[in-house]
Amino acid sequence: MSDHATASVTSDHMAGDHAVDIDKHVRIYITVFVALMVLTIVTVTVSRFHLPVPIAVTVALIVAIIKGSLVACYFMHLISEKKLIYAVLALTAAFFVVLLVVPVITVHDGFWVH
Amino acid sequence: MDIPYTVEIRRDTGLTNGKIGIWLFLASEVMLFGALFASYILIRTGAPTWPRGDTMLDVPLATLNTIILISSSVTMVMAWASLMRRRFETFRIYMGGTILLGFGFLIVKYFEYSAHFHEGALPGTNNFLAIYYTLTGLHGLHVAGGMAVNAYFWGPGAKLWKTNPVWFTNRVEHAGLFWHFVDLVWIFLFPTLYLL
Repeated sequence: MSDHATASVTSDHMAGDHAVDIDKHVRIYITVFVALMVLTIVTVTVSRFHLPVPIAVTVALIVAIIKGSLVACYFMHLISEKKLIYAVLALTAAFFVVLLVVPVITVHDGFWVH
Repeated sequence: MDIPYTVEIRRDTGLTNGKIGIWLFLASEVMLFGALFASYILIRTGAPTWPRGDTMLDVPLATLNTIILISSSVTMVMAWASLMRRRFETFRIYMGGTILLGFGFLIVKYFEYSAHFHEGALPGTNNFLAIYYTLTGLHGLHVAGGMAVNAYFWGPGAKLWKTNPVWFTNRVEHAGLFWHFVDLVWIFLFPTLYLL
């Protein structure tokens, strides 16, 4: 995917030859849309098997991560963004992981103390 | 005074100010929803028993809402692509579709909430419903906020297209980034609350 269509637009980017590039993007958007629909059906179908909770959580999370990645990479154009945005998101991801890990540690009743 | 770097790229960031601004805002949103997801994990793992979502919630309606929201993400990105192709009327159709789909999402959510209230399943009933109402309520507010911004760009804000089409296209792209983020949050909320 070209960087031209994904960075903020400048007047050059809206010129006629750029429309060809956008046509390619539109085809990708449609493909991603179909993939998201299929993955939604997969999520609901798998939940009907009533798998054990750890397996069900793992499967649901994997499918959700794939779907989320498709949205972020293609609809939000993260597949070809500028380094500064990747840096911001890397920092956010690090803090997000801390947010999720803290409750897990708490549930283990402060194992580091014993 | 003109707002700087709305159209031209800043040399130091390689981005327009609006683009970096919306991503910083989305980073704060990740932390907001992240805190609530962490609360969900804490409450669920600490509870002796936890109901499966599909025993208390309406999975078919939530699946319909998932389809609606994913479709609205496609119409949103197509609205932006239409502006890139300089097709303003097509933009209006796609943006109008996005707003209507958002409205459809909220209507479905209204029916879901109404059914719960009718059954006496209120936020104070148990921890599952408390976290369900908190997460879906906050998400619903984001959908409503995104719809308001999109409606502005569909209506009065569209005047900018005549005077500065590049800036208008960038603004629609930034509104789209927020809308896709709202879709992204729902992609994780749906299995977490309804299916597990």
